[in-house]
Amino acid sequence: MKQRNPKAQGLAYKRLPRRALILGGLQAAFIGGLAARMRFMQVDQADEYRLLAEENRINIRLIPPTRGRIYDRNGQIIGQNTQSYRIVMVREDAGDVDKVIAKLSELIPLTQEEIDRAKTEMRRSAPFLPVTLADQVTWEDISKVAVNAPALPGVTPEVGMARQYPRYEDFAHVVGYVGPVSDYDLSLIEDPEPVLRIPRFQIGKVGLESKQEINLRGKAGAKRVEVNATGRIMRELDRQEGEAGADLQLSVDADLQQYAQARLAGESAAAVVIDCETGDIRAISSAPSFDPNLFVRGISVADYRALTEDNYRPLANKTVQGTYPPGSTFKMITALAALEAGVVSPGNTVYCPGHLKVGSRRFHCWKRGGHGTVDLNLSLKRSCDVYYYDVAVRTGIDNISEMARKFGLGVKHDIPMSAVAAGLAPNQEWKERIHGESWLVGDTANAAIGQGFMLASPLQLAVMTARIATGRAVTPRLVRSVNGIEEPSGGGEPLDVNPYNLDQVRKAMFSVSNERAGTAYRSRIINDEFRMAGKTGTSQVRNITKAERAAGVIRNEDLPWERRDHALFVSFAPYDNPKYAVAVVVEHGGGGSKAAAPVARDIMLQALYNGTPPLEAYPVADRDRIKEQQKRLEGDRRPKARPDEKDRA
Amino acid sequence: MSYLEYAVKSTPSGFRKFFYMNWPLTLLLISVASAGFLMLYSVAGGSWMPWAEPQVERFGLGLTVMFIIALVPIWFWRNMSVLAYLGSIVLLIFVELFGTIGMGAQRWIDLGFMRLQPSEVMKIALVMVLAAYYDWLPSHKTSRPLWVLIPVILILIPTAMVLKQPDLGTSILLLAAGGGLMFLAGVHWAYFAAVIAAVVGLIATVFNSRGTEWQLLKDYQFRRIDTFLDPSTDPLGAGYHITQSKIALGSGGWNGRGFMQGTQSRLNFLPEKHTDFIFTTLAEEFGFVGGITLLTLYALIIVFCLVTALATKDRFSSLVTLGVALNFFLFFAVNMSMVMGLAPVVGVPLPMVSYGGSAMLVLMAAFGIVQSAHIHRPR
Repeated sequence: MKQRNPKAQGLAYKRLPRRALILGGLQAAFIGGLAARMRFMQVDQADEYRLLAEENRINIRLIPPTRGRIYDRNGQIIGQNTQSYRIVMVREDAGDVDKVIAKLSELIPLTQEEIDRAKTEMRRSAPFLPVTLADQVTWEDISKVAVNAPALPGVTPEVGMARQYPRYEDFAHVVGYVGPVSDYDLSLIEDPEPVLRIPRFQIGKVGLESKQEINLRGKAGAKRVEVNATGRIMRELDRQEGEAGADLQLSVDADLQQYAQARLAGESAAAVVIDCETGDIRAISSAPSFDPNLFVRGISVADYRALTEDNYRPLANKTVQGTYPPGSTFKMITALAALEAGVVSPGNTVYCPGHLKVGSRRFHCWKRGGHGTVDLNLSLKRSCDVYYYDVAVRTGIDNISEMARKFGLGVKHDIPMSAVAAGLAPNQEWKERIHGESWLVGDTANAAIGQGFMLASPLQLAVMTARIATGRAVTPRLVRSVNGIEEPSGGGEPLDVNPYNLDQVRKAMFSVSNERAGTAYRSRIINDEFRMAGKTGTSQVRNITKAERAAGVIRNEDLPWERRDHALFVSFAPYDNPKYAVAVVVEHGGGGSKAAAPVARDIMLQALYNGTPPLEAYPVADRDRIKEQQKRLEGDRRPKARPDEKDRA
Repeated sequence: MSYLEYAVKSTPSGFRKFFYMNWPLTLLLISVASAGFLMLYSVAGGSWMPWAEPQVERFGLGLTVMFIIALVPIWFWRNMSVLAYLGSIVLLIFVELFGTIGMGAQRWIDLGFMRLQPSEVMKIALVMVLAAYYDWLPSHKTSRPLWVLIPVILILIPTAMVLKQPDLGTSILLLAAGGGLMFLAGVHWAYFAAVIAAVVGLIATVFNSRGTEWQLLKDYQFRRIDTFLDPSTDPLGAGYHITQSKIALGSGGWNGRGFMQGTQSRLNFLPEKHTDFIFTTLAEEFGFVGGITLLTLYALIIVFCLVTALATKDRFSSLVTLGVALNFFLFFAVNMSMVMGLAPVVGVPLPMVSYGGSAMLVLMAAFGIVQSAHIHRPR
């Protein structure tokens, strides 16, 4: 047995307590160090770490604002937000994604494109985030999905807001449409708002929706949410509601707009009705039109191709974007320029033999045999060209151009629509600058009758007419009020034009549509209170050769559509107290008196009577035909809601 | 002293021994374990499952094991030391051949009801065999080179085996515990000075070798060291755990964010929140006050072990008690240093608090030996 007596143990044994205390001391020191470190982190630096912890857990999520609604002047809804149904899928709940999608596509129509896009999105995003499989789903499809819910794990129907245009084609060109923000959209905006980066957030793409985007969009709200380490939302901490977009009220009368649209149907045409007192645009129609709702849903390739390949260009907004040679509707401006320049007085006459030699060229009157002796009134009433060649050459292009600008031609009107054209009221300086050639006297002759370089949009023609009617610088107003606050009126200041001269021109315009020899006599209004003054225009889109003129000018009916003349008509009524100015352009419609004037007259009457006018307002001979037409248009004007409204595109 | 001598002294016998246990130590252990239950309940989102309840059951088992071991005379355990050591070596070989790899690199043997990590068992067996060795070795031979070499070999064999698993954390703990025991046994300080100087020199050499053609560590190993030294260089990669752990700990502040209110742990920003990083949750939810309280409890356990060790006249008892205390200290010191960003993440659990059966059972068994030494101390 080994000796175990402690006393027999040597030096090493005595060392134990000492060593134990040394080691214990080291341990105590280390523990003290840990405590100090803990104090440093938890007391001295606590605030910084607390902040970091909050940054970790709190995320700010944007709440998309409700887009402002758009109303007509009477409060009829034009652009609204409706509930739309979509089908979303959560990857982590679905399990076998492919199997579930296959099952779903047996129930509802899903395109391969939609499926591929959804799958890509699912691969990219966190497994608990819902991914949209199908948007704008019909109620029936939603029900089918709901009924089969147990067989479709991870698939849920969701309700969202979508833009909807209940007036369909009527306002497509005015209001435009919205669509999801594209990369291109973002590239145009400097420092885009964060809300634009919300997936599928919709912004105005064209028209008023685009031009008034800032007003309509509103301000995004935000909610603070607590998220876990993988980004899943655990709970909402608080939210700050956003600001809904401003509601816009248009100056347009939806019923009149609808009538104008229906009246223009079948033609490639444009019509603009302006309120002479306020500049309010009462109707602004471009035909043919399209259904803007198709674009909101994402238009199909076939539908889009149908729109782009149509000769009548349904996507073009002819009212502001289309510019046409104003033709004889420009003659009021030439006349006013001449009168103001003192070159002629209303009583002076010009002899019209049917042509006039200007410079080295012979310029023809539209009437082969000529009009004989014409004064101002007669020249407008019968639309004599020679009179205007003559006075224009004496007046000079710069005076004419200046007068045109005074009446809003060649000037870009500031209205919130897409691609508003400035048109063209040329002068000498312009031609030298653009064409590098000096202005010829022949150019003046062409300009005098609204041909040549002269270009105007239907909106500009309507503004011109309103200015002639009132003598004030009427400016068009499309948005009447924003969120109930009225926009400034477009009534305008009196123009710097001799009222006597204006009155002579107005009188002549009265003759056009009220006197037997007037070019628009057949489109007169019978009601004494509502008598209409106007001017026809027929603008050539081709040159008439000497040979053709010798053989007899080919009639429009015998030409292919795209070579026929444009038909124009401008008018205002009532003559004594102008209320509305109307401009109508029918592309390749033939003669203004035949193709444009009746349309303008019908729209004018509709505006004046604020509804369907009585047959007594029409010339007796036309009443039967008008009755037919009214009946037909009544049928054409579409019901407010279509039965297929919920169908998917 | 003979077994007889122990018997002659008025050592308590039978179940009376129960009353002679080191009760303050027992109560401290229960308190620490209870803190663990509370935190496991919290990190499970206020639920006894899946962690708190099994932990309570295991602690119950651990207490039972401790009591049984405590009632067996200390000399029995001294005589078992070599056997325990050899058995642990066999287990380490076994686990190397047939063990399951998981959770990093630690290998375990699946016993059905629990996973046994032989490296954990080895921590205690090493302490026992070294204590027994120095109890047996006449004290004048303690510092002789040959007699120093034997314990060094005893330490290096398991260290090397654990390192090969590879489990760097545990092997460093083994090395530290073994070295500490040799220090306690009275080995001349010159040996330690030499080893420390060698280690410092080696580290300096390794760092200096960086970027030269005789570079001693791989680039990724250096990067790991960089990340440890400055976690912000890689906040979402390797430094993520440390950064999140520090945020959780620091955001606790003075009073903490409240029981079950810790956002970092509740929202899963904390990694391994129920095992290695459980102290962070505690510090986040109970703040500086809570953290210091736990640290104090740990310190008190060390203190009571030290007092027990110094009070007993039996060399084996003293050494084994101090060895267990040292092991325990290394556990929580490394773990806390790690979560506070003072040490690299090496995968050392917080003793008695972290979820995990094998480490706690082994510790309770070790405290059983400490209790036995206390009960059966020569009187």
